[in-house]
Amino acid sequence: MTTSPPHATSAPPGGGLRAGHPAIEFAGVRKDYLSHGEAVPAVKSLDLAIGQGEFFSLLGPSGCGKTTTMRMIAGFEEPTAGKVFLDGRDVTGVVPNKRDVNMVFQSYALFPHLNVRENVAFGLERKKVAKAEINRRVGEMLDIVSLTGYEKRQPKEMSGGQQQRVALARALVNHPRALLLDEPLGALDLKLRQQMQIELKRIQREVGITFVYVTHDQGEALTMSDRIAVMNGGLIEQLGSPRDIYERPATRFVAGFIGTSNLIDGRVSWADQGLAVIDKGPGERVVVPVPAGVGVGRDIEVSVRPEKIDLHRTIPGNVTGSLLSGVVTEVVYHGTSTNYTVATTAGTDFVVFDQNAHDAEDVASRGERVFLTWAPQHSYPIGV
Amino acid sequence: MDRVKRTLAPYLLVLPGGLWLLLFFAVPMVTMLSLSLQEGDVVNGFVFTGHWQNYVESIADYQTQLIRSLVYGAITSGILIVMSFPVAYWIAFYGGKRKATYLFLILLPFFVSFVLRTISWRMLLTDDGVLLHPLKEAGILPDDFQVLGSATAVIAGLVYSFLPFMVLPIYVALERIDPRVVEAARDLYASPITSFRKVVFPLALPGVFAGVLMTFVPASSDYVNSELLGSSETTMLGQVIQSKFLSSSDYPSASALSFTLMALLLAGIFAYARSLGTEDVMKVAAR
Repeated sequence: MTTSPPHATSAPPGGGLRAGHPAIEFAGVRKDYLSHGEAVPAVKSLDLAIGQGEFFSLLGPSGCGKTTTMRMIAGFEEPTAGKVFLDGRDVTGVVPNKRDVNMVFQSYALFPHLNVRENVAFGLERKKVAKAEINRRVGEMLDIVSLTGYEKRQPKEMSGGQQQRVALARALVNHPRALLLDEPLGALDLKLRQQMQIELKRIQREVGITFVYVTHDQGEALTMSDRIAVMNGGLIEQLGSPRDIYERPATRFVAGFIGTSNLIDGRVSWADQGLAVIDKGPGERVVVPVPAGVGVGRDIEVSVRPEKIDLHRTIPGNVTGSLLSGVVTEVVYHGTSTNYTVATTAGTDFVVFDQNAHDAEDVASRGERVFLTWAPQHSYPIGV
Repeated sequence: MDRVKRTLAPYLLVLPGGLWLLLFFAVPMVTMLSLSLQEGDVVNGFVFTGHWQNYVESIADYQTQLIRSLVYGAITSGILIVMSFPVAYWIAFYGGKRKATYLFLILLPFFVSFVLRTISWRMLLTDDGVLLHPLKEAGILPDDFQVLGSATAVIAGLVYSFLPFMVLPIYVALERIDPRVVEAARDLYASPITSFRKVVFPLALPGVFAGVLMTFVPASSDYVNSELLGSSETTMLGQVIQSKFLSSSDYPSASALSFTLMALLLAGIFAYARSLGTEDVMKVAAR
C-alpha cells in the first residue's frame, strides 16, 4: 500500500476508544419484527460502543440478533426503540446510502452485470469522485487485495475467494468509517477460510478502519477480534477480549458456545483465601478460585477447559488442585491431540484433550479407569 | 451396444418433436414459400413460375398496412414495458408468499377465449357502452366522442391481449435478482432511483428483451383486435393476409405478404438484439 486513507493512521489496532467518539454506538436499542401480527424481539436491549480502529466481532448462534444488529448499523433495519450513532452522529432513521459505513455481504452480492473494476468503482462513482481519483483508488485497492490484473473479469468467472476479495475491495475503497462484514468467509472451504482470516486481519491493520465482524464461528472470532460480543436471544451475554471470553466465560451459554467446556455444579464445602473446594466423593474434589464473599454452602457452577486437564492412568500423588476419577467412554485420535470422554462423578461426559507429546503406549483405552487433575487457576466459576 | 444406445438416446428424444415440427412447420413453410412465387387463380389452379413480382406488387399495395402493423406492434411493446415493469417488480419483491397467486391472477383472464375477451372489449368501448355513456351523461366527454374504431382502441386491445407475455419474463428476471445485490447498491451510496437505474433495470433487461420478443412479434401480426375494435383506418397486415386467404383466395400474394412480414420481424429482432448487445444480455441471462 502506497498511501493510507486520511483517517487511517491514528487508531492503533486493538485500541480501545480514541479520544472523541466511538466509531459505532448503540444506546438502548431494541428491535422487534412483526410476525403474524405479533412483535417478536430480535434484539432485546443493546448498549454498546465500538472503538475507532477496533476489530469487533458479534458472535452467536443463528437467530441471536447479531445480523440484525449489523443491519441496524448499515441502515437496512431501523431500531424499534433507541438510537444508533456513527462517530458520535445520530444516524437513527438515516437511509443506508447516506451512512458512511460499507458492508461485505455474506454471499458477496457483487453486481453480476459489472466487471471487477466497475464493481469496485461503484461507490466512488456514486459519490462523484473525479475519474482519475477513482482509477487511482481502485488500482490501489485491487493491489491491497491482490487482484491487480483482474479488472476486466466478470464476478462469475472468479473463484469464491477472489469474489470475496472483490467484495472487500468494493467496500474498503470508499474509506468508510466502519466496515461491516456479515459472515464473509462462510462460503469458503477451510483452507481458504484460514488464509482469508489472516488476510483480513492484515488488511485491517493496513487500512486502520473499524471492522465489525458477524460470525457464528467462534474460532474465527477468537483468532481475529480485538473484542467480541457474544450474543444470545437478542442480548449480549458477554463482551470482552477473546482471552476473557474463552478463559473467563461469564455465563453458562458462553462457556458452552465458545470452545468446549466441562461444567461442574456443586456446593462449596470449604473456602479460604480466595479458593473454594467442592467435594465430589472420597478423595475427589474441584478447587476453584472465587471472589471474596463466596462461602461454604453456596451453590456454584465451575467451568474447566478440556486442554487444561491432565489425564493419568494411575492415581497421581501430591495433587494441589482438582482431582476426579472416572471411566473412559470414548477415545478419538486427532493427530495433534487425543480427545477422551470420561464418565466422572462430576459429570458423565467430561471432555479431555490430551496433547500427543508422549509415547503411543501411554494412551488410555475405552473402559479404563483414569484420574483427571488440573491446577486451581484453571477452574473458573461462572456468574459469581 | 450400450455405447450405441447412449449416443443415439439424445437423438431419439428429439425425434417426436422434430418430426412434428418438420411435418407441421417446415413443410407448410416450404409450401407457402413456393405458393408466394406462383401464378394463377383458384379456379384454374396455381402454377409455380418463380413470379417474384408477387412480392413487389403486394408490398406496393399494402405498405400502409404493413407499416401500421409494425408501428402498432412497437407501440404495444413500448406501452407493455412501462405497464408491466411495476407489476412484475411489485410481485417479485413485495409478493411475499402470495407470488404464485398474483401471477395466477395476471393469467386468469386468459383462461377465457381470446376472441370472447376482445368482443367484450368491444362492448365496453361502444359509443353508448358502460364506459362512455356515463362520462357523456356527466358532460365530461363530448357526445360525439368515439373510441371504437380508432387506433387507440386497437392498441389498447393489443396491450391487453399480450400483457402476461411481458409481465412473466420481466418477473422471472427480477425474481432472480438477489435482494442483497440491491442492498449492496444502497450501501454503496446509491439512492433508490440510482440503484434501480444502475442495478435492477440492467439485471432485468434479459426479461424485457424476452418480453418484447414475445409481444412485438404476435402483436404485429395480430388480426383479431383490429378486426373487432378497429375500422378500415386501422387495418393491419394480418387482416389483409387473412382476407386474401379466406375471402379472395389470392394465395400467392397472401403468402408473399406473410413472408414479407416474417422477414421484417426477424430483421427487426436481430437489429434489436444487436443494439441491446446480445452478448451482454445473454451474459446476464446465463448467470
